[in-house]
Amino acid sequence: MKTADNQGELWEVFIQSKPGQAFKHVGSIHAFDKDNAIENARDIYTRRNEGTGLWVVPSAEIIAVALNESDYFFEPATDKIYRHPTFYNLPKGLTHM
Amino acid sequence: MTTKPIPAQTVQLLSEFEEKINAEIKIEPSDWMPDAYRQHLIRQISQHAHSEVIGMQPEANWISRAPSLRSKKILLAKIQDEGGHGLYLYGAAETLGVSREQYIEWLHQGKAKYASVFNYPALNWADIGAIGWLVDGAAIVNQVSLQRTSYGPYARAMVRICKEESFHQRQGYEIMWRMMQGTTDQQRMAQDAINRWWWPALMMFGPHDKDSPRTSNALLWKIKRETNDALREKFLNKTVPQAELIGLQVPDPDLKKISDENYTHGEINWEEFNQVINGNGPCNQERLEHHIRAHREGEWVREAAFNSDLKKQ
Repeated sequence: MKTADNQGELWEVFIQSKPGQAFKHVGSIHAFDKDNAIENARDIYTRRNEGTGLWVVPSAEIIAVALNESDYFFEPATDKIYRHPTFYNLPKGLTHM
Repeated sequence: MTTKPIPAQTVQLLSEFEEKINAEIKIEPSDWMPDAYRQHLIRQISQHAHSEVIGMQPEANWISRAPSLRSKKILLAKIQDEGGHGLYLYGAAETLGVSREQYIEWLHQGKAKYASVFNYPALNWADIGAIGWLVDGAAIVNQVSLQRTSYGPYARAMVRICKEESFHQRQGYEIMWRMMQGTTDQQRMAQDAINRWWWPALMMFGPHDKDSPRTSNALLWKIKRETNDALREKFLNKTVPQAELIGLQVPDPDLKKISDENYTHGEINWEEFNQVINGNGPCNQERLEHHIRAHREGEWVREAAFNSDLKKQ
C-alpha cells in the first residue's frame, strides 16, 4: 500500500455562496502551492457558479476536535436550556418579543 | 510599499463601491472602501463592542445577590453572552486594520465611547428585569436593523448576536412579570425600575434625526439602515403594550396612542443625555476605572500566554 503522496499537499475548500454570507466548508483538494490550490478548488468545486467567494486553507493548519472527544468537549453547553428563548414563562397575549 | 491611487482611479473605485452598495452587495475587508466609510465603521463597531463589554458591569453587580439559583444561572449565561458579543464585534472591527490593543487604548483614553445607558447604576433586583427587558429590548431593535448593514463582517456578527439575544429580553420581562404578580412592595420596585430605565432606554437610539450629524452618510452607505427616530418608534410601539400587559405604567405623561399600534412619546431630556455621554453620568468614572483595572490585572495572563506561544516556535 502506498502512503507517500505525489499529489501535493491537501487543502480544505470553503465557498461563500453569496456576497455577505459566511464561508462554508465544501471539501478538499490536492495542490502544490497557493495559486495551484485556489485554481484547483475553482475547477473542482465551482463549476456551476456555486459561489462568489473562495478560500483554501492547508489541511494541516486546521485544528479540530477529535470525534471521540466531542461529547465531553461540548458537554458544558448541554444542560443550559435557559440560553434558549423558549425556556421562559411569559404572560398570554405578549407580542413582538 | 503602497502608492496612493491617482484621482481618476479613486473616482473609478468609488463608483464601483457605490454600485455594490446600491446593489446590496456586502463590502468585505479586502475590498476598496472610501476612507470615511472605514472611519465610520471603526468608530461604530468599536463603540458597539465596548458597549457589550462595559454593559457586563451593571449586571455583574447582581450575580452574587440573585434571588435564586435559577436566576443566578440565567444572569451568568446572559453576562457570558455579552462578553462573547463584545469579542465577535472586536473581531469584526479588527478586519478594518486596527488592532484590538488600539481599540482598548482608545477606550481607556476616553477617545472611544460606549452606550451611555451603562453609566446608570443597577440599584436592586428589579433593575435586572428592567435592563433585560428595556435596554436589551432597545439594543435588539437596533441590532435587527444592523443585520442588513453593508459591511460583511459586521452584518454576520449581528446575525449571531440577534439569535443569541432572543433570550435576554425574555428573561428580563419574566422578572418584571413575576414581580408584578408579587407583593405590593415587589410591584412598587418593578414600577420604580421602569421609571428609572424608561428614558435612558429611549435615549439609546441617539439624537433626533434632525440633530444627528453623522446619519446621512451612514444611511447613504447603508452602514445604518434606519434612522434613530424610526428605530426609537419601533421600540416604543413594541414596548408600550408589553408594559400595559403586566400592569406597569410608562413614566411619560405625554405618551399618546395615535393609532392601533402606534404611539408617540413626550420630550426626551437631551440635556441629561449630553451630560451622561460627556462623562457626567452617575457611573461613568466607575465603569471606566473598573475596565482599566481589570485590563491591568490581566496583564500577566496575556504576558504568560504570549511567552508560551513563543516557546513553541
